[in-house]
Amino acid sequence: MTDDGIRCDGRRVDQLRNITIKAGVLKNADGSAYIEFGKNKILAGVFGPRDVHPKHMANQDTGILRCRYHMSPFSVTERKNPAPSRREIEISKVLKEALQPALILKDFPRTVVDVFVEVLQADGGSRCAALDAAAVALADAGIPMRDLVSACAAGKVEDRIVLDINNEEDQEGQADMPVAIMPNIGKVTLMQLDGILTPDEYKTCLQTAIGGCRSVYEIQRKALVEKYFEGGAH
Amino acid sequence: MMDLKRRYVIPGDVIATGQMRPEQNVYQDGDRMISTCVGISEVFENAVRVIPLTGVYVPKTNDLVIGKVIGTSPLSWEFDINSCFIGFLPAQDVFGRDYSPTKDELRQRLNIGDLVAARVANFDRSRDPLLTVQDRDLGRIDSGELIEIAPSKVPRLIGKRGSMIQTIEMATRAMITIGQNGWVVVSCEDSEGLLKAVEAVKMVDALAHTPNLTERVKSMLGVPEGDNNDTTND
Repeated sequence: MTDDGIRCDGRRVDQLRNITIKAGVLKNADGSAYIEFGKNKILAGVFGPRDVHPKHMANQDTGILRCRYHMSPFSVTERKNPAPSRREIEISKVLKEALQPALILKDFPRTVVDVFVEVLQADGGSRCAALDAAAVALADAGIPMRDLVSACAAGKVEDRIVLDINNEEDQEGQADMPVAIMPNIGKVTLMQLDGILTPDEYKTCLQTAIGGCRSVYEIQRKALVEKYFEGGAH
Repeated sequence: MMDLKRRYVIPGDVIATGQMRPEQNVYQDGDRMISTCVGISEVFENAVRVIPLTGVYVPKTNDLVIGKVIGTSPLSWEFDINSCFIGFLPAQDVFGRDYSPTKDELRQRLNIGDLVAARVANFDRSRDPLLTVQDRDLGRIDSGELIEIAPSKVPRLIGKRGSMIQTIEMATRAMITIGQNGWVVVSCEDSEGLLKAVEAVKMVDALAHTPNLTERVKSMLGVPEGDNNDTTND
């Protein structure tokens, strides 16, 4: 990073990467979204509510949510084994827990909502990008939601708090903090921290990340408005 | 209907604040009324609702649905009703009170793959929807073309007091059965009329949110202007 705060990819410390989201890109899924989050390229597909298989997973009182985060073999520089890795299993769980509070599934007992996230190209912060795409795909599928879920990371690189760290900064940096919020309700649904921060740094980092989430929310909103209201009046 | 305030909303949007009754697709957070789906919000004097633009069919008692037989059990047929729940039609409904599983063969009346117009007799969250065919115009559909449209667009296909469907039926001399679950059967003796009616239904599905749809359908079908005064986009 240069002295005047320009980062390795030319961004300022408080600048997001370029984000584009498109809703409804897959015909065969009930809902879908494609996100380009910097160099991340991620597809999310949603099925359901539908019958639960295996049947023993069904809940008589409410619908359930299942998530699968998967990285394609070609998503990283060295071929990745397509079998689910420890990291993918973790992120699947984390995505599920971050989306769960936003969904209202009590009207769909004995059913399941399946979210499939496929990372086509990965470049750091893919769990946040995956979450953003999954939230739009869920809204596209018409699953009742309390709010969208918007996610963005912040971190500490060269003793400075920066927004939306990329792969390089993640490797070299001192801390990485992915955060997801429900922007209208103002609740945090995901907060992880890898690294060490002082209490003050922690607060700034969290606020920076939440600020990023709010910017992401506007892009998510635009994607849905574009699909359903043809970029029209609001 | 002029006092209605309509707005395009996505999940999480605050539609109104204050003491109101949350109806369809709205939930209450303190005194805020929040949309749970992508759709068009309607604010009445003391109630709020959102007409969804996407989503699966959720059965309601008394809905007319079109179902496809997917299986039988000793006492009932199972139907695919384009929902996350399977519809059940008890054998007694067709065979009468003296139905006996040893004597009567279910598949002689309705075989797997048959289309049936049925009414939802009962549905609550504890059990799958119960269907009935004991009414006028219900029962097996012997001929016609099945079209699948989005369940959320069914009201538009029917139109205000049935205006849209009457327009199509009159112009093409087709018989159109609309299931609330988004399955539509069109039958017509004249093949050209059938093709036109199918095209009209698909057009409504694709352009449901655009104004002056009745006019556009009319001009597509070649109906002279002024046959039907109803052109409002409901």
